Amino acid sequence: MAEPILEMKDINVYYGAIHALKGISLTVNPGEVVTLIGANGAGKTTTLATICGLMRSKTGSLRYAGEDIANAATHRLVAKGLVMAPEGRGIFPNLTVEENLLLGAYARADKEGIQKDLRHGYEIFPRLAERKKQRGGTLSGGEQQMLAIARSLMSRPKLLLLDEPSLGLAPLIVQTIFETVDTVNKEGVTILLVEQNARIALKHSNRAYVIESGEISTEGNSADLLTDPRVKAAYLGEG
Amino acid sequence: MGRMIGILVVSLAVVLGVNWFLDSYIDQYVVRVINMCGISIILAVSLNVINGLCGQFSLGHAGFMAIGAYVSAWFTTTLRYFDEAQAKYVAIEPMFSSQWGFVPALIVGGIAAAIAGAVVGIPTLRLKGDYLAIATLGFGEIVTIMITNFETIGGANGLPGLPAYSNTFWIFAFVVIVVMFSWYLQRSTFGRALIAIRENELAAEVMGISASRMKVMAFIYGAFFAGIAGGLLGHLLQTISPATFNFMKSIEVVVMLVLGGLGSMTGAIVGAIVLTALPEALRDVESEIGLVGVRMVAYALVLILLMIFRPQGIFGQKELSLKLLGRLIPGRKSGNAGGEE
Repeated sequence: MAEPILEMKDINVYYGAIHALKGISLTVNPGEVVTLIGANGAGKTTTLATICGLMRSKTGSLRYAGEDIANAATHRLVAKGLVMAPEGRGIFPNLTVEENLLLGAYARADKEGIQKDLRHGYEIFPRLAERKKQRGGTLSGGEQQMLAIARSLMSRPKLLLLDEPSLGLAPLIVQTIFETVDTVNKEGVTILLVEQNARIALKHSNRAYVIESGEISTEGNSADLLTDPRVKAAYLGEG
Repeated sequence: MGRMIGILVVSLAVVLGVNWFLDSYIDQYVVRVINMCGISIILAVSLNVINGLCGQFSLGHAGFMAIGAYVSAWFTTTLRYFDEAQAKYVAIEPMFSSQWGFVPALIVGGIAAAIAGAVVGIPTLRLKGDYLAIATLGFGEIVTIMITNFETIGGANGLPGLPAYSNTFWIFAFVVIVVMFSWYLQRSTFGRALIAIRENELAAEVMGISASRMKVMAFIYGAFFAGIAGGLLGHLLQTISPATFNFMKSIEVVVMLVLGGLGSMTGAIVGAIVLTALPEALRDVESEIGLVGVRMVAYALVLILLMIFRPQGIFGQKELSLKLLGRLIPGRKSGNAGGEE
């Protein structure tokens, strides 16, 4: 196995007196889709925020592509290929779809490459091509999520962090979004996916971590976890 | 870039022509109002970059103006201070004593204001919304209090005797420059990054935009042109005092933006013209119907009605686009360069 693209070891994060992450360790290998599932408030988003440098760990180590990023500034990580598509879609509602996408390429300077990726983005998401000149805020929830993903792709990520892409979307749209997650992964982007919708996340990933009250309780292959009786009872509503 | 210089040269030529026309044929009172409109446009358009595009609510614009006005006056005006030893007033001759020294003096004033912008911007980065507004308001007050206690530049009595260098040409030359710069800025990656910070700061950060750096840049940009506007105003009024730049001046500029539509540059221009010219226009109405004070009531009424019926301002966030102008005028022209004033 190649060197992991992301390696978190013994990460502890506090919100004031609240101990949000209690010694989280996880690894993501190049080419994988890894999912982090868990209930509300378990620490999923905090984990992503810590990777992005929005929160700081008091202990442990955080390495990305062999480099220590524990103290790296958020906006510098993008140039290194570590990109997050934030929760609640986080698009820029008063900018057009195209301007949103161009902002995704903010850290890049190669004009031709940007235009090429813009066209490629429209190929993956034809709906966005139709709505190019429309303001981001006028899109439907699913389209906004597509825009958020397409925008992250514009920065040519090596590791894409997806925070709750299914949040507040209709089941049919969720299906479409996850199909594009597969497409993006096939193009060589490693994905760390945070989800509450455990079933669909497990179906579309290679490996999974289950997070409970700030601790990793279970980890394993996604296919195995789908049939694991404990996971079934707690997250899949069966058994 | 070449096109930009072309537009600039043409616009400046137009402004020069307009200046000559106004001086020769138009009543000086009207010219004065037009000049005040020009200064308001510079203020509103520059504040729009901070408040409108970047979404940082600043109430410190008058402070930046004061710095620009006093620093440029320092270079152009004979200052007097009381020398205790000789028991008489001693004069300091100005460094730039001709019309040619005016632009360098203005630019030095602008740079001083820009430095102040960075000084305000850096410590207040972590503040948002109301808190930032209060901090910048505090900055403006600090500036006026410092000037009040600085005797060499007139203290509380103000500084008289500024040479009357400001005229329609200089004022509208800077209007053209600030409008053009801001217009290109809004369409550049830098401008989009500022808007991204306004729309969603977290998302902007994870796209690789350094929000803190961008905010300071916005403050520096806005403060520079506020400083220039302050210098122009000083050399138009010929007397400046701390009271000229009190917080009401900042609020006036914010009201111009809100009226025109926060985030729209054309809105800022229209807001600046309306709020500067309206009280003057109403002055005539007032004397006509013989009701003194009706002017300010009408002024307030316009604002209240607008906020009820169009809270997003006249233009909202939209711009009066070049396409629209292009349809009105055959062959694309430079658009809203102040020359039409």
